[in-house]
Amino acid sequence: MAKLDSKIPGGPLSKKWSTYKSSMKLVNPANKKKLDIILVGTGLAGSAAASSLGELGYNVKVFCFQDTPRRAHSVAAQGGINAAKNYKNDGDSVYRLFFDMIKGGDFRAREANVYRAAEVSNATIDHLTASGVPFAREYGGTLDNRSFGGVQVSRTFYAKGQTGQQCLLGAYSSLKRQISKGTVKMFSRREMLEIVIINGKARGIITRNLVTGEIERHSGHAVILATGGYGTIYYLSTLAVNSNASAAWIAYKNGAFFGNPSFVQIHPSSIPVLNDYQAKLTLMSESLRNDGRVWVPKKKGDKRPANDIPEEERDYYLERKYPAYGNLVPRDVGSRAAKERCDAGYGVGDTGLAVNLDFKDAIAKQGKKAIEDKYGNLFEMYEKITGINSYEEPMRIYPAGHYTMGGLWVDYNLMTTITGLFAIGEANFSDHGANRLGASSLMQCSGDGYFIIPNTITNYLADKIRTPRIATDTPEFDEAEKTTKEKIDKLLSINGSKTVTFFHKQLGKIMWDYCGMARNEKDLKKAMELVNELQIEFWKDVKVPGTADELNQELEKACRVADFFEIAKLMITDALNRKESCGAHFRKESQTETGEAMRIDKEYSYVSAWEYKGIDNPPHLHKEELKFENVEVKVRDYK
Amino acid sequence: MKIKLKIWRQKNAKAKGKFVNYTLDDVSPEMSFLEMLDALNSKLILQDDEPVAFEHDCREGICGCCGLYINGRPHGPGEKTTTCELHMRSFKDGQTIVIEPWRAKAFPVIKDLIADRNAFDKIIIAGGFVSVNAGSAPEANSILIKKKNADEAFDSAACIGCGACVAACKNASAMLFISAKISQLTLLNQGKVEAMERVQAMVAKMDELGFGNCTNTYACEAECPKGIKVTNIARMNREFIAAKVS
Ligand SMILES: Cc1cc2nc3c(=O)[nH]c(=O)nc-3n(C[C@H](O)[C@H](O)[C@H](O)COP(=O)(O)OP(=O)(O)OC[C@H]3O[C@@H](n4cnc5c(N)ncnc54)[C@H](O)[C@@H]3O)c2cc1C
Ligand code: FES
Repeated sequence: MAKLDSKIPGGPLSKKWSTYKSSMKLVNPANKKKLDIILVGTGLAGSAAASSLGELGYNVKVFCFQDTPRRAHSVAAQGGINAAKNYKNDGDSVYRLFFDMIKGGDFRAREANVYRAAEVSNATIDHLTASGVPFAREYGGTLDNRSFGGVQVSRTFYAKGQTGQQCLLGAYSSLKRQISKGTVKMFSRREMLEIVIINGKARGIITRNLVTGEIERHSGHAVILATGGYGTIYYLSTLAVNSNASAAWIAYKNGAFFGNPSFVQIHPSSIPVLNDYQAKLTLMSESLRNDGRVWVPKKKGDKRPANDIPEEERDYYLERKYPAYGNLVPRDVGSRAAKERCDAGYGVGDTGLAVNLDFKDAIAKQGKKAIEDKYGNLFEMYEKITGINSYEEPMRIYPAGHYTMGGLWVDYNLMTTITGLFAIGEANFSDHGANRLGASSLMQCSGDGYFIIPNTITNYLADKIRTPRIATDTPEFDEAEKTTKEKIDKLLSINGSKTVTFFHKQLGKIMWDYCGMARNEKDLKKAMELVNELQIEFWKDVKVPGTADELNQELEKACRVADFFEIAKLMITDALNRKESCGAHFRKESQTETGEAMRIDKEYSYVSAWEYKGIDNPPHLHKEELKFENVEVKVRDYK
Repeated sequence: MKIKLKIWRQKNAKAKGKFVNYTLDDVSPEMSFLEMLDALNSKLILQDDEPVAFEHDCREGICGCCGLYINGRPHGPGEKTTTCELHMRSFKDGQTIVIEPWRAKAFPVIKDLIADRNAFDKIIIAGGFVSVNAGSAPEANSILIKKKNADEAFDSAACIGCGACVAACKNASAMLFISAKISQLTLLNQGKVEAMERVQAMVAKMDELGFGNCTNTYACEAECPKGIKVTNIARMNREFIAAKVS
C-alpha cells in the first residue's frame, strides 16, 4: 500500500521554497530536449506550464479537447487574480495572503504549499503584465487593485470582468510562441481516456481524436494533468459545460489518491435557475460585492418589485450578521446565508430561490459611469440572460456549484501518488483547504504552471536523462488502449431509451439536493442509494447514437457522465466520513448555535486521501494529518 | 412557440453537405438558442436520427466556441451577442430559422455546423505574443502605462477568436482579428519592442492561409459580438506601412 508522504522540505516556512530550489537536482539544457513531457489541459495552469517548460527546452506535448487551447474554461474567470504586492499600502504581505488562504480554507490546507502559492504570486503578476495582459490601471499608469471576499486588503488585479480571459490569452500566446520555436507540440480536439503506467511510473496516455475517432498512443518521461475541476457534476454549474472529472478520475483508478473529493465550492452569486431546459448557470462575479449590497425583504413572502420596497423594510442580512466583512464574507458563508434566508421564506423572484444584489447606493455615490467601468460586461451579460437592466433594479442571484477544492492528492512537488504523474491547477487538491477565496484560483493555476512545476518536474527528471524515448508498442499501451475501446464499445452498444443528458441532469439534481450546500448523514445515505440506482439504469438504458470512428459529441458526453457516477459516490463517501463542518463542507449535525460551521479539529484535522480498491470494493481512506506551526488554529470568525 | 429549422448537415470534411428541415413545436421564448438546439438533439436521438453537431462550451459569450451563421448573420440577429447568448425571444412564432456553419476558405467544415478555425491559431503562432520568458519579467509597476492606453488595449484584447468577422466578410478577411491582437500589443509598452516584426509576420501568415483582403465594408465590426472596432485595422495598416519603410 502506498504511503502518504507530503515531502515538505524542512526549515522555516518562509525559506522552504528557496531552500528547495537551491538544492534541487537540475537537468542541463542539452539534455532537456531529450525528455518528453505530456501535459493534458490548456487552462491557465496548463498553458502556463506548457510555455515555461518549453522555454526551459523540454519537449512538451500538449492536449486539450477544445479546438484551440484559448477556449479552456479558465477563459471564463471574471473577477481577478490575487498577489501580495501591497500596492495599496494596506498592510498586505506574503504572510498575510498565506494566512487569509489558510483561514479562508478553514484550516484544512497544507501550510507549506499555501505559503509557496502566496510567495510566487508576485512574480506571476510581473510575468502576466510583461506578456501583455491589459490589467486595469490607475491614472498614474500603475496597476489597480480591488477587494475580494474573506479578506480586508485590496490585492486583486483585474481586467474588467474578464480577468480569466486576459490571463489565459497571455499564457496562450506564450504557449503559441513555444510552438513557433518547436519545443511545444499541440494536440487539440483530443480527449485523454487512459493513463499508461509502466513499472510503476506514468509514461503515457491514450487519447481519442475527437474528429476522426482514432485512438492514439502518446508517451513521455512524465505526465502532467492540468484538467480543471468537476463542478459540472451538478449538471447546472457556473463551469463551461464540457468541463469534467474524467482525467482526474482515470488517474485515481490507476492508483493516484483523490484528496477531499467532497469539498466543493458553491458560489453565492450566480444568476438563479430560470427554467428546466437550462443547461448552464452564469456567474455574477464576487467582485460585484465590492459595490453591490445583498438584501431580502424583512417581510416573509414580500412580492413587491424590489424598488418599491422602502429602505427600512430591507434586510441587508450579510451586513447585519457579519459587520466586519459585510458583503465580502467568504463564499461558503455567503452561500449558506442566502440559502438560510430563502429556506426561511424571504427569497425573492417567482421561485423564492433568489436574493437581491443592489447597486443603487454605489451608483448614487460613484456615478453610473464608474460602476460601468468596473463591471460593464457583467451588467451586460446579466441583461442578455434575464432582460433586466441592473443599473435600474437589483440583480437577482442565488448560489451555484462553482469550484472543486477537492482533486488529485499531490505532495509538495505537485506529484500524485503515481510516480511521474503530476497534477496542477484546479485538478489538484492542494491550496484551498475546505473553501477557496476569490481570485486565488487564477493565482494558484499560474503559480503552479509558471513557477512551481518547472522546478519540481526538473528535480524529478534529473535522473531520467538516460531513459530513452518511451516506446508505445508495449503491453501496457496495448492494455490501456483495450480498456478505452471496451468502454466506448459498451456505451455504444446499449442503445437504450434515454439520452446522456437525461442522466446527467438527474445525477446533478441528486448531488445538489443531498450533497450540495448542506449535508447530513441521512441525506447522504439516501443520495448513495439514488446514485447507485441511476448508475445501474444508465448502463442499461442510455442511448448513445452514432459510431466510434467519427466526430460524436454524444459519445464524448457519455464517457464523462459514466465517470461522474463514480466520482459522485466517492464525494458522498467522503462527505459521510467527515462528520464535522468545515468551510464549504457543511454537515448539519455539526453547527454552532448561530448556524455557523463547526469544525472538530481533534478528529478531522486531516486531508482525506482516497485510494481506489477496484470497482467492487470500497475505497481506502488515508489521512494526511495537518500540522499548523505558523498560524494559530481558531474558529473562523467573520463577524 | 413553433419554429421551423433549416440546418446544414454534413457528415464530415469530405462529404457533401445539404440543408435538412426540422420543426420544433414547444419552444419557449426564454430558451437560449443553444438550448433550443439541445432540445432538437434530444428529439433526434430518441427518434434514432443523428443529432446536429455544433460547438459550444462556456455558454456565456467568452470562450468563442459557438459560432453559427443564423439567417444570414454570424451569431444571428442580436447586437454584440454570441450565439450562446442569443435567446429564442429574438424570434417570432412560426419563423423559419436557417442555420449554417461559418463559410470561409480558411475555415473548412468538419461536420454539420462545426468549422475548423485552426487558421487563427496559426496566425498567433506567427507572432501574436510578447517574447518574454517566465522569470525574466521586471517588477510589474516598473512599466507605467497610461490608463487610456491600457483601457484601449483591453478593448482590443476582448476578442474571443470566434471568427464571426471572417464569416461576415464577403472576402473572408481576418483583418479585424489580427489587427485587434496587434493593437493590443502595440498599445502596451511591453509589446512595442517587437511591433514591426510582429505585424509583418502575422500579415504574411494571414495571406498564406487563404484569408481574403479587406475592402473596407466594415461588416466585421457590425457583426463582432465583442464590439471590436475597425479602427484597429487602421492602426494595423499604419504599423504595417511603418514596418515596411523602416
Ligand atoms: C464562471 C467562473 C468564474 C471564475 N472566476 C474566477 C476569478 O475571477 N478568479 C479566480 O481566481 N478564479 C476564478 N474561477 C475559478 C478558475 O477560473 C478556475 O479554477 C481555473 O481557471 C481552472 O483552471 P485550470 O487551468 O486548472 O483548468 P481549466 O481552465 O478548467 O482547463 C482544463 C483544461 O483541461 C482540458 N481537459 C480536461 N479534461 C481533459 C481530457 N480528458 N483530455 C484532454 N484535455 C482535457 C480542457 O480541454 C482544458 O484545456 C472562476 C470559475 C468560474 C466557473
Ligand atoms: S459557447 Fe462560449 S462563447 Fe458561446
